[in-house]
Amino acid sequence: MIGLLAHNALLVSLFTVALGAVITPIAIRSGRRDWLQLTYGAVYTNFLLVSIATVSMVVALVTHDFSVSYVAAVGSRSTPLLFTIISLWGALEGSILFWAWVLALYAAAVVWIHHRRPGNLVPYAAMTLLAVAAFFAVLLAGPANPFLPVSPVPADGPGPNTLLQNHILMAVHPPLLYLGYVGMSVPLAFAVGAILSNEAASNDWAILSRRWMLASWGFLSAAIIAGMWWSYEVLGWGGYWAWDPVENASFLPWLTATAYLHSVMVQERRNMLRLWTLNLCVATFVLTILGTFLTRSGILSSVHAFTTGTIGYYFLAFIAIVLVATLVLVAGNSDRIRTRGNLGGAASRETVFLLNNLFLTAVMLTVLVGTLYPLVAEAMRGVKVSVGEPFFNRMAVPAMVALIFLMGVGPALPWGSTTWANARQRLLPPTIGAVVLGAIAVIAGARSVYAILAFAFVGYAAMANLREYWIGMRARHRAHGEGWPTALARLIGGNRRRYGGYVAHIGALLVALGITASSTFRTEREATLLPGETLTVAGHTVRLKNVWGREEPQRSVIGATLDVLGKDGAVIGTVQPRMNYYRVSDQPVPTPDVRSSPRGDLYVNLTAFESNGANATVKVIVEPLVPWIWFGGMVIVLGAVIGLFHRGRRTAAPSTIAVAAPEPEPALAGTDS
Amino acid sequence: MKRAWVVGGAGVIVLVFGWLLFGGLEKNVVFFLTPKELLAKGSAGVGVPVRLGGQVKPGSVKWDAKTLDLRFTVTDGAREMSVRSAGAPPQMFRDGMGVIVEGRVGSGGVFEATSLMVKHSNEYRAPKPGEEAHEKYKTLIERSTP
Repeated sequence: MIGLLAHNALLVSLFTVALGAVITPIAIRSGRRDWLQLTYGAVYTNFLLVSIATVSMVVALVTHDFSVSYVAAVGSRSTPLLFTIISLWGALEGSILFWAWVLALYAAAVVWIHHRRPGNLVPYAAMTLLAVAAFFAVLLAGPANPFLPVSPVPADGPGPNTLLQNHILMAVHPPLLYLGYVGMSVPLAFAVGAILSNEAASNDWAILSRRWMLASWGFLSAAIIAGMWWSYEVLGWGGYWAWDPVENASFLPWLTATAYLHSVMVQERRNMLRLWTLNLCVATFVLTILGTFLTRSGILSSVHAFTTGTIGYYFLAFIAIVLVATLVLVAGNSDRIRTRGNLGGAASRETVFLLNNLFLTAVMLTVLVGTLYPLVAEAMRGVKVSVGEPFFNRMAVPAMVALIFLMGVGPALPWGSTTWANARQRLLPPTIGAVVLGAIAVIAGARSVYAILAFAFVGYAAMANLREYWIGMRARHRAHGEGWPTALARLIGGNRRRYGGYVAHIGALLVALGITASSTFRTEREATLLPGETLTVAGHTVRLKNVWGREEPQRSVIGATLDVLGKDGAVIGTVQPRMNYYRVSDQPVPTPDVRSSPRGDLYVNLTAFESNGANATVKVIVEPLVPWIWFGGMVIVLGAVIGLFHRGRRTAAPSTIAVAAPEPEPALAGTDS
Repeated sequence: MKRAWVVGGAGVIVLVFGWLLFGGLEKNVVFFLTPKELLAKGSAGVGVPVRLGGQVKPGSVKWDAKTLDLRFTVTDGAREMSVRSAGAPPQMFRDGMGVIVEGRVGSGGVFEATSLMVKHSNEYRAPKPGEEAHEKYKTLIERSTP
């Protein structure tokens, strides 16, 4: 019953978005601007209809209505309530429904916030979002329909994929990823809108879309970090990144979005890179769709690829349509969009931004080629290959190390041009940070050139970014006699975009530090222990206490309890790595236990045990500074939030601010929580 | 003039980058082979990183819990290859199941594995009666407390 209601809501939504998208150009061309109410009405109606369908799905899941095909596929009466609710995004059809809902939400928010803006930019942007929504509505009506009737109605279902019901981060990572991924349709919509409304030659649309990109970028950054954390906590290998295609799929649009956030500043300040920035918008969106195709079409085998079916062809067709449409739009208008500005001197901030964009694009292309190569090789030459981690590490890591260095150079250099003497004066002091951190790394035993360089550059860039704060605070302190905390608060408050950016830099540096340290100084050992026996790894000792088992409604748990011993042999804590056996799968889900401190993690995983409990095989991994990766991720998000609450540059003419951003803060803040 | 320099420089960078990229690809591609395909390569297959795919030959799994030395044979029906690995086998590492082993063939003709993946389709397979954890580990679960 509820399935029929929701299915009909989705069919009406398909009709609504198609109508709304088609009516927009007709209304504008024929001068009937009052018809644009139909466009906006379609956006709101679509949000209402998809909300009805999504809420219906949650209700069906919670009430175990197995007459709905999706519930029959992923539901189970024994699954705890939280994991029942989040199985909404635990398989293909539900995740497409959730995607459509997030898109409907973004479209409604865009129209709600910007509908008073004069001109044709917002109507065309709404049209673009409706067109994207139409694609997902087609998927939901056809190949990804989650509301098919099931007959006869089963009494119970298998429950969600076991890997996805084993950890609470599954309630966090997917929604953040969707908010990030789907949000990147908004800058694309503004880019298309700008071209169609002949506003691409002004900077207004870029300022509008910048804020949406920043919000989406913040969500995507948080999602990537949460995904790494999930992988670390659940997969049991003690790592967080393996250049797996699905990880790469989330990383690719992040790289172009990061490039966009930097190039749009050059566009605003120097009137340069306009065409390039526009292309970054398009590339980011296409990469999100490509990522969805890779992870949802079943073309790759992984925890993200749910089923094989025809859905992949729909995605390929959509990618082709988007590429052709945007190419025609951009190429047909490129001479109007092209920039008038000039490069400043060689030693200037825009030079650094150019290099930043160059390296980010290079990393993106490297990861893209490495990710797609196996697919192409299999299709063209019929050989099965995989591109190993060494490729990504050798090709992408040097560029990323260079980016860390640039993070220290960019903020120190002024816009326009400067003298070499001035540049030297600004660039030399942070070298202390490089020397200190590089020396610490060498003393600690780092021998790889890139690892030592990464440490040194993290030190350099951290000093450079902190120095920007110090200089600003000192100026306020001297000029206004403000106390240091007040000076810091007012400094950030006075230019939130700039200092939000520096906060994000600090976060990225913390992540880089954690990754470099934990991959350089990782130690691991595996051993089979009898109760009472100890295993020592890099100064950390664990002693097996016992092996135990426990029945829970949806799973059987086998665990080992180990005491963690201090230097003097006293017990300073316990760890309980487990293996969770879910009813539906013959593969247990490893559940390592991690003991964290600011210095690093003691990671203990149960890898085997005697079925009578006589012994247990455990893998103990000592990884320095891992928690700094998660903490750094939070700092990045904080930086994005500070940047979002920016109210327009203070020096800018008030009129442009009024046009560009009619008080979007409250609504955006709402989507953040 | 300045513009020409910028465009020329960008062109050179793109060319060098492309050359590095595809050179790097050629060197780091790992082939996915069955024992038959790997053995057909002869000495060219020795010492090269490979992903070996096939089934675990029934009765071939030997694991020493004390030394963590794991040995088994991977077969594709036609040919077979002995594999050596260090560490515990994945749980439910049973006869006849599909595996992907990453590593390289050592000089003795034994495949030295660096990682071991159990190949399971995404449509997960429910345990058969008697294989369920609460049956298999009944004594452990009933006797012990966490």
